Amino acid sequence: MNNIKEFTKGLIKENPTLVGLLGMCPTLAITTTVANAIGMGLATTFVLIGSNIVISLLKNIIPKSVKLPCYIVIIAGFVTLIEMLMKGYIPSLYKSLGTFLSLITVNCIILGRAEVFACKNKVLPSILDALGMGLGFTMALTIMASVREIFGTGSWFGIKIPHLESMTIFILPAGGFFVLGCVIAFVNRLSNKKPPENIGCSGCPSNGSCHSCGKEGGNV
Amino acid sequence: MKELFGIMLAALLTDNFVLSKFMGICPFLGVSKKASSSLGMGVAVTFVMVCAAIVTYPIYYLILIPLNITYLRTIAFILIIALFVQLVEIALKKLMPPLYNTLGVYLPLITTNCAVLGLTILNIDNELSFIQSVVNALFSGLGFMAVLLIFSGVRSKVETADVPETFKGVPATLIAAAILSLSFLGFSGLGN
Repeated sequence: MNNIKEFTKGLIKENPTLVGLLGMCPTLAITTTVANAIGMGLATTFVLIGSNIVISLLKNIIPKSVKLPCYIVIIAGFVTLIEMLMKGYIPSLYKSLGTFLSLITVNCIILGRAEVFACKNKVLPSILDALGMGLGFTMALTIMASVREIFGTGSWFGIKIPHLESMTIFILPAGGFFVLGCVIAFVNRLSNKKPPENIGCSGCPSNGSCHSCGKEGGNV
Repeated sequence: MKELFGIMLAALLTDNFVLSKFMGICPFLGVSKKASSSLGMGVAVTFVMVCAAIVTYPIYYLILIPLNITYLRTIAFILIIALFVQLVEIALKKLMPPLYNTLGVYLPLITTNCAVLGLTILNIDNELSFIQSVVNALFSGLGFMAVLLIFSGVRSKVETADVPETFKGVPATLIAAAILSLSFLGFSGLGN
């Protein structure tokens, strides 16, 4: 029962992108088409599951003082793996995601889950947690990309929608910021919750482990 | 020379890291509340970017390529950046305590700033020479700092503005960022 909760919390209640405001860079950058968004979301989910498994297995071995570099190396290893797999099997997606595929390494969702969840829990809950968070991220990306692709290019998943004028502004960077702002506002409205006041360190997953929080950086 | 100038302009304005490449959004939204912290973060990021560009170039071309292990690029680069940030932190603490007190808090945040890793990877992908990489790093950092500074000014106005209840806080900030990004769109085509 408890395990099911670990899975579902990432989907809506603690959605990493729309509620936790993590991983903003890929959310804005690759959501110009739905296909890219789903590819990115699933690649991140894969890395997240892999790193959560390894970190929760090694949680008693990794010394506390060097845990951040250790986590980053584990994550980078899985990123390299997915990069090679994608290059071999889906070269078109590999090309359109470009640099952002390598940048999964520094996606704060993954480091955040390692820090907050995997290093304190057993393997099975860690897998479910990773799966939930990853799918929540994929969902948020898909919503963003749907809005941007439908309004920006007049099609969805590459299928043309008849009688719809395209507004290029939605697939430009400015449209990305605008749509994300609106989606977050909409989610806040639905959940009847006050929107988060700031993104500072309080929402950061490494809060507590990185020394900048607590000092001046706490709420810059 | 003409090519270098083009790289400068692109890094600073037309291909700005924050507003058109979407890298380093977390510090952009998190640290841009005050002009002083924007400046601190900007200087720290510029410094680490230039150092990272200087170090990763020889490592890629003198170690990874001859050994035919270029697929280890991501792991190697992120390790170098993490190591470098630690090194800079220790060096600053010992050698220049006043500078450490102002920049120190931003340094650990830079390891996970995707702008730094993104820059080193883009330098390699675009096949820039050593000088070009360093110039690109310097001006990308300055562009990052400029946007952070401008946005801290915009934000102080947004904070006091009367926005609808649902949009208060982060959504309003993002909409303001959209307008700023739109104004930077005016620079496009400058390089040609």
